[in-house]
Amino acid sequence: MQPNPELGETAYIAVRDLTMAFADRVIQKDLNFAVRRGEIFVVMGGSGCGKSTLLRHLLGLQQPTRGEVLYAARSLWESPPSERAAILRKTGVLFQSGALWSSMTLIENVALPLSQFTDLPPSEVEAIARLKLALVGLAGFEEYYPAELSGGMQKRAGLARAMALDPDILFFDEPSAGLDPLSAKRLDDLILSLRDNLGATIVVVTHELASIFAIADNSIFLDAESQTIIASGNPRDLLADSTDVRVREFLTRGLHDRSGRGLRRAEEGRV
Amino acid sequence: MFSPNDGQQPGFPAESAAQAPFVDVRRDASGRLAVSFGGDWRIGSALPDLTPVHAALSDRTPQVLVLAAPRLSAWDSRFLTQLMGLADLAESRGITVDTAQLPRGVCSLLQLAHAVPERMDTGREPDDPSWLAAVGRWSQWLVRDFRDLLAFVGEATLSMGSVVVGKTRFRRVDLLRLMQDCGAMALPIVSLISLLVGLILAFVGAVQLQMFGAQVYIADLVGLGMTREMGALMTAVIVSGRSGAAFAAQLGTMNVNQEIDAFKAMGISTFDFLVVPRLLALISMMPILCLYAMLMGVIGGAIVAVAFFDISVSEYITETLRVVQMRHFLIGLFKGLVFGVLVGTAGCLRGMQCGRSASAVGDAATSAVVTSIVFIVVADSVLTLVFNRLRL
Repeated sequence: MQPNPELGETAYIAVRDLTMAFADRVIQKDLNFAVRRGEIFVVMGGSGCGKSTLLRHLLGLQQPTRGEVLYAARSLWESPPSERAAILRKTGVLFQSGALWSSMTLIENVALPLSQFTDLPPSEVEAIARLKLALVGLAGFEEYYPAELSGGMQKRAGLARAMALDPDILFFDEPSAGLDPLSAKRLDDLILSLRDNLGATIVVVTHELASIFAIADNSIFLDAESQTIIASGNPRDLLADSTDVRVREFLTRGLHDRSGRGLRRAEEGRV
Repeated sequence: MFSPNDGQQPGFPAESAAQAPFVDVRRDASGRLAVSFGGDWRIGSALPDLTPVHAALSDRTPQVLVLAAPRLSAWDSRFLTQLMGLADLAESRGITVDTAQLPRGVCSLLQLAHAVPERMDTGREPDDPSWLAAVGRWSQWLVRDFRDLLAFVGEATLSMGSVVVGKTRFRRVDLLRLMQDCGAMALPIVSLISLLVGLILAFVGAVQLQMFGAQVYIADLVGLGMTREMGALMTAVIVSGRSGAAFAAQLGTMNVNQEIDAFKAMGISTFDFLVVPRLLALISMMPILCLYAMLMGVIGGAIVAVAFFDISVSEYITETLRVVQMRHFLIGLFKGLVFGVLVGTAGCLRGMQCGRSASAVGDAATSAVVTSIVFIVVADSVLTLVFNRLRL
């Protein structure tokens, strides 16, 4: 494996030779990519190509078959458990379904990480939790249980919980899945403002074209058939320059043709 | 998906026009086999005999199979599967299949079905039906399950250790709620079952004892039976059905909803936060429930003795106090404690092992109850034997 210039000093998250498999079934192999500090990095690809599985590996929920995941040059899997927990504490994640703890109210959900990992007095924990809920537009819903909220509200509450400890890195698993276009756009705006205002590094797993073009600074494209990354870079550049027919088809929803008409339609579609 | 202008599209049958399906086979001089279909080829209509087609494909193998359906009145998936069966048979014999004359909707669905080639690398093979393989797989599962159990017990012990040292990570309100669920909420069913077990013990014994005029020993039988054995055993069975299954279902559902993942991704130990309070709740509540069950059982026995066998209440109480000693209570309470640990372990273990589907949650709850009852009965046998040898 020759050294990849991208995996240099600027890499905040680096993935090296990562191979993911369930039992004998390989999902993706020899993945190499780097996420720079402060960028929005999109993992895209068709359904079932292993995007969410990759996320589970980045989050330390699933052990790689081979290869490693580095956070600021510290290996996630070769570190002792205490150090791994310290690395993970710098991350926040919004799961596809929100994954709020259903036996707790929203404010308890957001307050739990704070009370687990800080020595703040309860009044301050509560104040911070209220602030986080207000930031995602859920002020007034503090005492609601997750099941009493709509899907979009659950996702926003999940985001408030992910932001509870002011993490350096935020992960989003299919943030716009199951949301109407307006809610999805609002979530995209929220993601952009998180990067701009808090300087967070953000990794988004998605296949929503509108989101991809709206938020991504950088991206990788996973392909199920060849089981690896077939393109990487800014999605707009990929749309303009990529010669790979699979990438072009994906980014233009298969509308692409030689005359570039499909390209225009895709551009219109994201406005 | 279905083309509207076929004239022969699937859909609701025109009631009167239901026409029996038929197939017509013709072979021309140039080695072409023309098979034409007609009538109603839908699920629910009787299938015509296809052996002539099969026979024609087998003997004096033709070069081209031409499929046509000029008089098809209605069709659905069944027609497609029959066509695909014939086409596969023909292709396996090296015969070219010509589908150009089939209705457009049929053609496009056939193309769609073949559009994405079958994935061969999905790592999933059809089940091997041989019993040897089944036994092997079962043994593997057993070994894996045992390893899971050991890992679970190890982690749970570490977490309980940190609680003993005074480091609790869970919320006190969760523990209190669980204690209420496992303890106070179980009182009605424990009352009923224990009272009835006391009644049954008394009746079964009394009939024998009456033959010797020794009815007063009903108190001994019920008192010893309830304190040493039945109080703890029946409570444990009830609690495994209530709390053990509930733990497995709760943790399993949390697994399905990625709530467990959310804990792990945040670096919060699921053992410290979810398993420990459940174990603590059972460990603290089980002995108390057992004590209560013993009392209810003795009352049940007293009801029978007083109502049917001419024993006065004071006689019954005196006899019970004479025979039941502190050690019998302690044995019963100790058993209750052990059963509490076992039920909690089985419930939480099965919940944490749960897969990611709704049916997996049901399986986890079932398996939790089965596992706890097995644990309880085995542990009870061992403990009874040990106490017997120790002459306690």
